[in-house]
Amino acid sequence: MKLYIKSAAAISAQNTFSKGPFLADLTEYTGTRLNTIEPDYKEFLDPKLARRMSRVIKMGVAAAMQCLRDAEVSNPGAIITGTALGCQEDTITFLERIIELEEQMLPPTAFIQSTHNTVAAQIALMLKCHNYNSTFVHKGISFESALLDAVMLLKEGDANDVLVGGIEEMTDTAFKILTRLGLYKRWPISNLDLFKAKSKGTLGGEGAAFFVLTDKPSDDNMAELVATRTHFNAAGKLDIESKIKTLLTDFSLTVEDIDLVITGKNGDIKNDAVYEILDQSLFADTSKAYFKHLSGEYATSVSFGLWLASNIIKKQTVPVVVADGEISNTSPKKILLYNHYQNTYHSLTLLSAC
Amino acid sequence: MSSPVYIVGVGVITAIGNNVAENLAAFDRGEAGMGDITMLNTNHAGVLPVAEVKLSNEELADLAGLPPHLSRTKTLSLVAAREALLDAAIPNFSELRTGFVSANTVGGMDKSEDFFVDFLNNNDKGKLRNVFDHECGSMTEVVANELGISDYLTTISTACSSSANAIFYGARLIKNDMLDVVIAGGVDALAKFTLNGFNTLMILDKQFCRPFDDTREGLNLGEGAGYVVLVSERVAKTLNNPPYCALSGYNNSNDAYHQTASSPDGTGSYLAMQGALTKAGLQPRDIDYINLHGTGTPNNDSAEGTAIKRLFGPAYPPMSSTKSFTGHTLGASGGVEAVFSVLAIKHGLIYPNLRFKTQMHELPFSPETEFLKNQPIKNVLSNSFGFGGNCTSLIFSAV
Repeated sequence: MKLYIKSAAAISAQNTFSKGPFLADLTEYTGTRLNTIEPDYKEFLDPKLARRMSRVIKMGVAAAMQCLRDAEVSNPGAIITGTALGCQEDTITFLERIIELEEQMLPPTAFIQSTHNTVAAQIALMLKCHNYNSTFVHKGISFESALLDAVMLLKEGDANDVLVGGIEEMTDTAFKILTRLGLYKRWPISNLDLFKAKSKGTLGGEGAAFFVLTDKPSDDNMAELVATRTHFNAAGKLDIESKIKTLLTDFSLTVEDIDLVITGKNGDIKNDAVYEILDQSLFADTSKAYFKHLSGEYATSVSFGLWLASNIIKKQTVPVVVADGEISNTSPKKILLYNHYQNTYHSLTLLSAC
Repeated sequence: MSSPVYIVGVGVITAIGNNVAENLAAFDRGEAGMGDITMLNTNHAGVLPVAEVKLSNEELADLAGLPPHLSRTKTLSLVAAREALLDAAIPNFSELRTGFVSANTVGGMDKSEDFFVDFLNNNDKGKLRNVFDHECGSMTEVVANELGISDYLTTISTACSSSANAIFYGARLIKNDMLDVVIAGGVDALAKFTLNGFNTLMILDKQFCRPFDDTREGLNLGEGAGYVVLVSERVAKTLNNPPYCALSGYNNSNDAYHQTASSPDGTGSYLAMQGALTKAGLQPRDIDYINLHGTGTPNNDSAEGTAIKRLFGPAYPPMSSTKSFTGHTLGASGGVEAVFSVLAIKHGLIYPNLRFKTQMHELPFSPETEFLKNQPIKNVLSNSFGFGGNCTSLIFSAV
């Protein structure tokens, strides 16, 4: 059974949500954090409702609704989201009030909206969609877990037009804590120069990217989703090169068949070293691209990578800004999206032109 | 895709016992796990009863074989998951494709609460070791590493239906021939976050909860973990012991009514139960026992009861809410109650619904109040419903 990406919508730190040119009009950030460019939510949400919602809920719901509109789907067969930290803003708000108000007379709204499944639930509520609804919260493979669930549902024949998304919001509090944990660069830089810096740390990010998956072929589909796999690097013993070769072999492909590899390079020298080993070996002769200078790094940023890959295949063009070296084939038919999260979780997603 | 998935191991820790045997013994004694708060550092101690696991963080860590400073969520999870894996006694475990699919709702919140007290005063303060591992997925990762599982791990969080979803996601990984063995279920430790959260919603009973009773006033929070070991038919055949049962039916439906409240007619609950029956190829009359979601809140029990009336009426199987013993263990409840459901089939048990006195006025049935043994039980339906309208039903069937 072949599966397809029917539509893709992303709210990101770039102008990806409006129907403008494909990553031509770039937004530059100087600092160590990229915030999303939020749309006018009036088109998607009742302003009265929106006022009570945190950014991740608004971003998630708006990206989901746009994605469904693009796919001309009103009632998806399933709604599945992936998010490592979920509704951070509401979680932190409630946690702070517990401490400040010493557990007395707390307002309930932040707690109600703090559960990780809030975005998937709000989408279901707005659509009155009673179908399968789930949320995966497993660190750097939260989105990939959701994607695998969607793939299995389609293969099992239990759903069609599955809506799947990756969401994450960055709050000031999380940014402070993650900075103290050493995730980000120690001094401000331009995101567009991220890969020139060659230093420790990356740039914080956030975003919401949704996809409609189907098993029905159509000229309107964006790309074929050939496979998606995750690998846990237990005790540092993972041989990712052999896992990539296995994936290719399983689909009767060789590395020469891959027109473009999109990696999860994020500008952190330790993080990127994992990819650079393959740059010198398996992918030495393969065209490469990256995206985290545009989106920032977050646990579900690979969903932005999938948005990018789907659009490259649909539009048959590789935006200059994502090229990691020379691009030999500017109208790629087969793309491998390879991401790892702190070298603990690795994911491989293979896309093909329909 | 219709290949069967068997349950060959169970493990559980709740307020009524630290393992399967202790939980069964507590059912036998009719002894509930609720009481005054003794472990959790909260202003609600002495006012709101909860169902705590009766071990300090240090004692739990000792039992789990983990360092003492870790989140209680991790230690609870490891204790129950390890019991399940040992119970399954799969001889060539390390040669099989294995997975761990766990669920929880607030990750390492118990430790993050400590961090935030210092952090709020000064953003440069607060021990980072109390917060760096806050994520729900970190709970799963620690336990998978301890159990030697690396082929696949993930975490689900759909509020109070979380671990029921983890169990059937695990079964589907086997049906899709990705894995041979999956340990699946969930965990949640009591935290000030959830206690205060449910308190703001005014759905906590200051007395011990009375599920499916007309005078019910709310739920009691609990904590714990419950896991089942799922295997393919091929693996089941290699084991010395016969499987406990099969996971024959499952369904996840959404109520799509309100972020926290259930629809009056229990639409989501109805669809989940009906969908699970369809998946199992069973009729309502084939169900021998329903392990109710039965939180004890006016809203849940009314919605769930109404859905049962629509689907099962006029012939009702015995049913009960084991939350009258364990409290509502939130993200763990689907896993804990899956273990009880499996044991119901294995030992022919129907658990009592404690403290039931008055039948709900809107329902023509009432829950079982006696602990019944040696019952002919072939099919058990287990309900887990949560915030966000997330409703999941599982059906376990004798083989």
